[in-house]
Amino acid sequence: MRLRLNGITKQFPGVLANDHVSIEVDRGEILALLGENGAGKTTLMNILSGLYRPDAGEIVVDDTPRSFRDPAEAIAAGIGMVHQHFMLVPIFDVTDSVTLGSEVTRGPLGVIDRPAARARIVELSETYGLDVDPDAMIEDLPVGVRQRVEILKALYRHSDILVLDEPSAVLTPQETDELFVIIRSLAKAGTAIIFISHKLNEVLEIADRITVLRLGKVVGTVIPAETTQAALAEMMVGRQVQLTVERKDAARGPVVLTVDKLQVRDDRGEITVKHLDLEVHAGEIVAVAGVQGNGQTEFVEALTGLRAIDAGTVSVDGKAIPGDPRGIADLGVAHIPEDRLRDGLVRGFTVAENYVLDAYHREPYSSGIRFHRDAVASAATKAVADFDIRTPSISTDVGSLSGGNQQKVIVAREFGREVKLVIASQPTRGLDVGSIEYIHRRIVEQRDAGVAILIVSTELDEVLALGDRVAVMYDGEIVGILPAAEATREKVGLLMGGVR
Amino acid sequence: MSRLPIGVASIIWSLVAFGFAVQFFLEKAYIALGVEILIVIAIAVLSRSAGGRTFLNRMKLPVLAIVSAFIVGGIVLILSDLEFYTKFGLDPIGTLASSLGRVAEAYGALIVGALGDPGKISTALASGNANKIGIALRPISETFLATTPLILAGLGVAVAFRSGVFNIGAEGQLKIGAMFAVWVGIWVPLPGPFHVLLALAAGILGGALWGFIPGILKARTGAHEVITTIMLNAIAQQVMLALLLSPVLQPPGGTTPISMPIEASAQLPLLLDLPKLRVHLGLVIALLAAAWTSWLMFRTTKGFEFRAAGLNPRAAGYAGMHAGRTIVLAMVVSGGLAGLAGASEVLGTTHYLSPTISPGYGWDAISLALLGGTRPGGVVVAALLFGALRAGGPGMALATGVPIDLLAFISALVIMFVAAPRLVREIYRVKLTATAPSTPRPQETPT
Repeated sequence: MRLRLNGITKQFPGVLANDHVSIEVDRGEILALLGENGAGKTTLMNILSGLYRPDAGEIVVDDTPRSFRDPAEAIAAGIGMVHQHFMLVPIFDVTDSVTLGSEVTRGPLGVIDRPAARARIVELSETYGLDVDPDAMIEDLPVGVRQRVEILKALYRHSDILVLDEPSAVLTPQETDELFVIIRSLAKAGTAIIFISHKLNEVLEIADRITVLRLGKVVGTVIPAETTQAALAEMMVGRQVQLTVERKDAARGPVVLTVDKLQVRDDRGEITVKHLDLEVHAGEIVAVAGVQGNGQTEFVEALTGLRAIDAGTVSVDGKAIPGDPRGIADLGVAHIPEDRLRDGLVRGFTVAENYVLDAYHREPYSSGIRFHRDAVASAATKAVADFDIRTPSISTDVGSLSGGNQQKVIVAREFGREVKLVIASQPTRGLDVGSIEYIHRRIVEQRDAGVAILIVSTELDEVLALGDRVAVMYDGEIVGILPAAEATREKVGLLMGGVR
Repeated sequence: MSRLPIGVASIIWSLVAFGFAVQFFLEKAYIALGVEILIVIAIAVLSRSAGGRTFLNRMKLPVLAIVSAFIVGGIVLILSDLEFYTKFGLDPIGTLASSLGRVAEAYGALIVGALGDPGKISTALASGNANKIGIALRPISETFLATTPLILAGLGVAVAFRSGVFNIGAEGQLKIGAMFAVWVGIWVPLPGPFHVLLALAAGILGGALWGFIPGILKARTGAHEVITTIMLNAIAQQVMLALLLSPVLQPPGGTTPISMPIEASAQLPLLLDLPKLRVHLGLVIALLAAAWTSWLMFRTTKGFEFRAAGLNPRAAGYAGMHAGRTIVLAMVVSGGLAGLAGASEVLGTTHYLSPTISPGYGWDAISLALLGGTRPGGVVVAALLFGALRAGGPGMALATGVPIDLLAFISALVIMFVAAPRLVREIYRVKLTATAPSTPRPQETPT
């Protein structure tokens, strides 16, 4: 056996992140590690890559027990990591990026032997069909290619145990297919592969074996041919799961949100939203699909008053929106931001304080300058019950809640008042299946109550599950709008890649 | 990664406490013994309730930081004594004992210098002689006197830190406040209470103005407040010098940079009308300011905005708060409190303005705001400690010949240990709960 993790246990304050976890993977095998956020996948991989040391259990490489004191020792043992967030220097070219940290030198002065390194990169790239130009600048490369550079980095260091952490999160469906071809060719050449994911269809497609983790424990290991998505989901969550969102047809009302020839610049002053037109009606969900970094963030920021509009107009109920977040919220616009801890919540504030983060200055929470903590407490207590927020108390620091409950605090805050338009950006990113179900249900409820809903998400499954109409954003533009019936994975996928 | 079980740590701490108790008893230091028993009882009572336990956890870091600082200070005191090295080879145990004795003597003198001699106080009180009472109470009065500006400036820094603004300009804001107050005290003819109130208000205004400048610069242009407040400190010093040498403040025919005295009607009244006691109404004002700051930060919508901006400016912006306005207002409040510190000094302590109006109160304010966890109550306690160090130092130097610089060293160590909670955690093997944001996170430039 190339790699075996045996009874790995890791305790963090208050959390048993890994509880006697045992997995194994052999040469030429693709093992999928399936689990929700918080199931302990990342902890396990951090132990494997030498970042953490386990409290108990052993790492066995080629039948020899090993213990890694730091990542360098893990790399020396042949373990290569491809992280979800790439570790590349934008202004380096591919050769320098790949060799960084393990440069080949020559002569007594230690001159870097670039030609030798470059030759090896070309060879590796050809062997495994990576198709990477060794002289291209990282910043010029699309995300899919950058990921292949990360894979090259691991191969260059002679890794033959390759760990890929949620590799498809940043890819279009087509790019994912290309990645799978590469992964298969690596496996064929004898590399042991650990593929971490929470996407059921992916692991069924790529894996030879699937090990499911839940709450730090191994629930079981199955073979794709002998299981189904539903069965896997049940293993992952511990109960039966509704994989599709149940809903009636949309009862479309009048137009609420009109975006007309919108142009927005990013922080560097470059135009990232170009000439964007979009309408959202009352009682419908428009889901905007797109690969990360195609202007979605700037688009949503412009809609919610956080970024100046360069040209074009945005209007709600026919009136142009004011330029500040509070003015827009006062029009009846709710906003679920894309990164809850960065944009949506104040860590260090209690659940109650976060619940009134946008309404603290209104009755009954305040009068004049005085802030009424009693009124806040009673409103928050009610919200915690209404939205099923699992928290020890309303005075608990919001940062100590689980991701799902944090998101529920935001949803409670935004849906807790009369709204006519909801703008939700990545509303379920990083949440467990149960919380995703809950948030989706709440959003559909809002729609059925006649609220216009705009969802911007990079999760194709989410877009397809929720959208009454699916708009695809590519390079700052809406390149196509499909009604739900026509929005297939393939069609949307092609649009996401910029193919019209 | 093995951690001592909590039981072992408790036993060790109990033994240490018991050892001190025995020591106090043998040396007939009954007051110290009483204080220790009171502390033990207080801990026992507090640990029975959840709120009390939170409080105790919050106190662990600052208390251990102070203890560590005094221990390291003592070690340095021993090692900096050259005789220690020559004698140590001949008689290690005796030398060590006498060195430890010297440390105990120095710290004892520091405490007496800061709080007074209990024996003297009781005999003076028994004698009923005002002069004697004044002399006996003078140390503690001097401690409170030094504490007053430290509380006010510390509150100012704490408000800014809580709001995510790294105001290190308290020193300059204090000086401008003192200038404004002294000008009103000299030139505005008003009857008694109105005069002093107007002078105090002028002090607040001056400090607030000096806080407003970096605030608006940061809000409008993104200029970093650390740079601008440092520069404004230097400018404040020079402006003060220039005015002290001009007819605006200098008495006619004067040659030194010392202002005219303020009118008697602008003076803050003394708290105790006894000889030698200088502590004045400024102390009460400082305590009221602490209560007001606590109300502002935790019971008002402005405080809510300040704290939200301090913890997560991005989320504050998403929720519709105005980052720029919050920064400016926080700096105005912060500067106003520091300005009040300066006003209290000239109106209560010196009654005139000179370049030495602040022996670094504005710098100490940064340290004690951190030590106090940027909470108003914590700031008051930390200011008392720093005030005691300032007031007790000369007494210690006089009585034992230990250089007063040791105290600056200890103050610096306190801050070092507070800023490095992991160090304290590793040394004492205690769990530390996350304390208040002791240092503000870098704030993005508002647009």
